[in-house]
Amino acid sequence: MIKVENLTKRYAGQPAIQDLNFEVGQGEIMGFLGPNGAGKTTTMRILSSFMPPTSGRATVAGFDVFEQSLQSRAHLGYMPENVPLYNDMRVTEYLDYRAALKAVPHRRIAERVGDVKELCGLKEVEKKVIGTLSKGYRQRVGLADALLHEPDLLILDEPTIGLDPNQIRQVRELIKNLGKQHTILLSTHILPEVEMTCSRVIIIHKGRIEACDTPENLLGKIRQAGGVVLEAKVGVDNGGEELKKISGVRDVTVDADGDWKIFSLRVESGTDVREEIFRLAIDRHWTVRELTQRRATLEDVFVELTHPDVV
Amino acid sequence: MRKFYTLLSREVRSYFHSPIAYIVLIFFLIISGIDFYFQVSFMNQRQVQYTVQEAFFNSVFFWFAFVLIFPLITMRLFAEEFKLGTIEPLMTAPVRDGHVVLSKFFGALVFYLVLWIPTLLYFAIFLKVTHQPAAHSAGAYFGSYLMLLLLGMFYLSIGCLTSVLTNNQIIAAIISFCAITLLFFLGLVQFVLLDVSSATRDLLGYFSAIEHMGTFSRGVIDTRPIVLYVSMTIVMLALTYQAFQSRKWRL
Repeated sequence: MIKVENLTKRYAGQPAIQDLNFEVGQGEIMGFLGPNGAGKTTTMRILSSFMPPTSGRATVAGFDVFEQSLQSRAHLGYMPENVPLYNDMRVTEYLDYRAALKAVPHRRIAERVGDVKELCGLKEVEKKVIGTLSKGYRQRVGLADALLHEPDLLILDEPTIGLDPNQIRQVRELIKNLGKQHTILLSTHILPEVEMTCSRVIIIHKGRIEACDTPENLLGKIRQAGGVVLEAKVGVDNGGEELKKISGVRDVTVDADGDWKIFSLRVESGTDVREEIFRLAIDRHWTVRELTQRRATLEDVFVELTHPDVV
Repeated sequence: MRKFYTLLSREVRSYFHSPIAYIVLIFFLIISGIDFYFQVSFMNQRQVQYTVQEAFFNSVFFWFAFVLIFPLITMRLFAEEFKLGTIEPLMTAPVRDGHVVLSKFFGALVFYLVLWIPTLLYFAIFLKVTHQPAAHSAGAYFGSYLMLLLLGMFYLSIGCLTSVLTNNQIIAAIISFCAITLLFFLGLVQFVLLDVSSATRDLLGYFSAIEHMGTFSRGVIDTRPIVLYVSMTIVMLALTYQAFQSRKWRL
């Protein structure tokens, strides 16, 4: 659905993205992650033909985004960051206008506008002037607009930014459902969301792709796959030193909670040290009230790839 | 073509959604009303060689209001879209750059023509009250409104160009106001520079909007100004189109 080859964009000589190469297949939900200023929006703007690349090429649904931009634009629904909208128009009026602009056949406009209003929960504000809507509703109008012409591909630039947790959950559900019929490329900072919705993830940093894989594979690849938390009464023992001797443990930090000690262990990826810890605790007669493994999250992957100094 | 019509109808509607439109309308009605009132009362006091209609379209009041409305109409066209970022959803929809430029120009033109509709009423009222036509022939009405259309097209296209060059409406308004005022009064230079050759003066006269309006409002339809204004409008719109397209590369 999307094919990107050696895509580079420079602003006044400064590279915003450099030599991007990736593909997004039909029906995938691709998460696009990266710190602010990594080049996410730039990439999305190029894919949606808003600006031309400096070099390289990109195609959407087989159409070059620069040479055949009218066709490629007809195949995609784009929701820009911060969702700029005409504040003077009413919701239904705006959607009608957008539908006509996107060449939805005249007799189907009312039906399509009705459908997307239903889907995005805009029924109760349909007669309101857009300028008076809250951030959450504006976001939904933007999403409804992107869906109007039933595009094969949806490009959503931070669709959940500025929403409250309930709204984020709603949008996430919506995106998951949309993923059944559409190919989606979405950028976000909310990593649990990506883990829950995306089939593949691209992590971009300083204009270059650092990783492109499924969330599971990414989690498997990082050096510290996670950690173990142990809460125990260790008496006079130096618990930290004992725990460090277990093979696979990289380091241990200790917090105290009254008599209880809370040990946070960071372990090598692919190892499970809980059994060893259990035996150690029995040997030393420690009283244990918690022993849990914390799974690595995409956040750990993200931090490791985009901020290598913090380990 | 359908997309062009969609864009155009949004442009026209957006004028009537904004308070600026009504302020311009009211301002314009007041000035043109005063203009008409003064011309008629002036004629009641003395014998003159021209008609009410000619006087109406050739007075200081008229010119004053005239040069001021164009920046007000055109300043928001592109600048506002750039500022609010609405250009992004607009240009990522499958629309042609040319359609966007033309729809903005024609949207402004429609609003401009709406401004003039009430002035037709003045002449109708004049006829009803005095039982005399305000002009000596139908051609005079036709000529004046044709010249309004021609000048309007040209000045609106200048406004389009200045609006596409910036995302600040005030800057767009100031530049277009200066450009339009300079062009408009270019014709008067021939009366200031008395020592220039007659060829130069003829040349300046050829650009004189005031002179053109004088001719047309007498009912004399000269083709030279028609060619001038139509071709200049096309040039300005072509420049606007180029500037609009090049913006992508400068983002």
